[in-house]
Amino acid sequence: MSFAAGDRVRVKDAWPERTAPAHIRTPYYVRGIEGEVVRCLGAFPNPEDLAFRRPADTLPLYHVRFDKGAIWPEARPDDHILVEIYEHWLERP
Amino acid sequence: MTLLETDSDRLLVAVRALLEKKGLVTTAEVTERMAVTDQASPGQGARMVAKAWVDPAYRARMLEDGAKAAEELGIPMRGMPPLGVLESSPEVHNLVVCTLCSCYPRAVLGYPPFWYKSASFRARAIRDPRELLAAEWKTVVPDAVRLVVVDSTADYRWMVLPVRPAGTEGWDEERLASIVREGDMIGVTVPSI
Repeated sequence: MSFAAGDRVRVKDAWPERTAPAHIRTPYYVRGIEGEVVRCLGAFPNPEDLAFRRPADTLPLYHVRFDKGAIWPEARPDDHILVEIYEHWLERP
Repeated sequence: MTLLETDSDRLLVAVRALLEKKGLVTTAEVTERMAVTDQASPGQGARMVAKAWVDPAYRARMLEDGAKAAEELGIPMRGMPPLGVLESSPEVHNLVVCTLCSCYPRAVLGYPPFWYKSASFRARAIRDPRELLAAEWKTVVPDAVRLVVVDSTADYRWMVLPVRPAGTEGWDEERLASIVREGDMIGVTVPSI
């Protein structure tokens, strides 16, 4: 699955660190939250494997924009948060 | 005695000798890397910002690929992560944080300021950025301006291209670069004269 600029995406509501040692670059606060792809930043080896010296797949990395209010209700609705998210963390809402 | 208790200077000498003996790193490579690290400072990022302010074509290239734009000015980027540049405007103010650790565009800004790695800055920057900037830096982002917090979580490093302040018309690049501070390129402050 790949995404293009403007696509609506949702970050998986997954918590792999609860079941095994993990190195995850997806912040807690965006998990399960919907956002929009701003652009693809290229492809990089999966840090979740690199951290354990496992063979790592090269995954597309996206800049994803979230409305601040979707995460913290008290936030100003027009403010944004931009986060780099690897493709395997994204799904279509 | 454990590794952690070893005198760090002696440990460094020993590790370097081992790396060279095993043919993994040469003295020349270490010397080159030290020179690159010493050269990295906010002055490098400031030169990029100043050039972008006076040269629209450079500005466009910088927003497209920060690393290439840095190399154009002779800033060494080999072995460095990709660099992204976020343009602030009268409508949008960008702030960079790394909530997961301390990712920082060292090639163009040098070592991060001590507070950048603090749990307090990281937590407040993502949740209460307007309050944080006003309380700690007296940077008031007006209500009409969208605040974009860029959480530097993965392979890229990010710097901010701030708004050129009024009153700098006709200034040359060197003079412009002299007013650009490290905080302006993180987004905690804005350039002023």
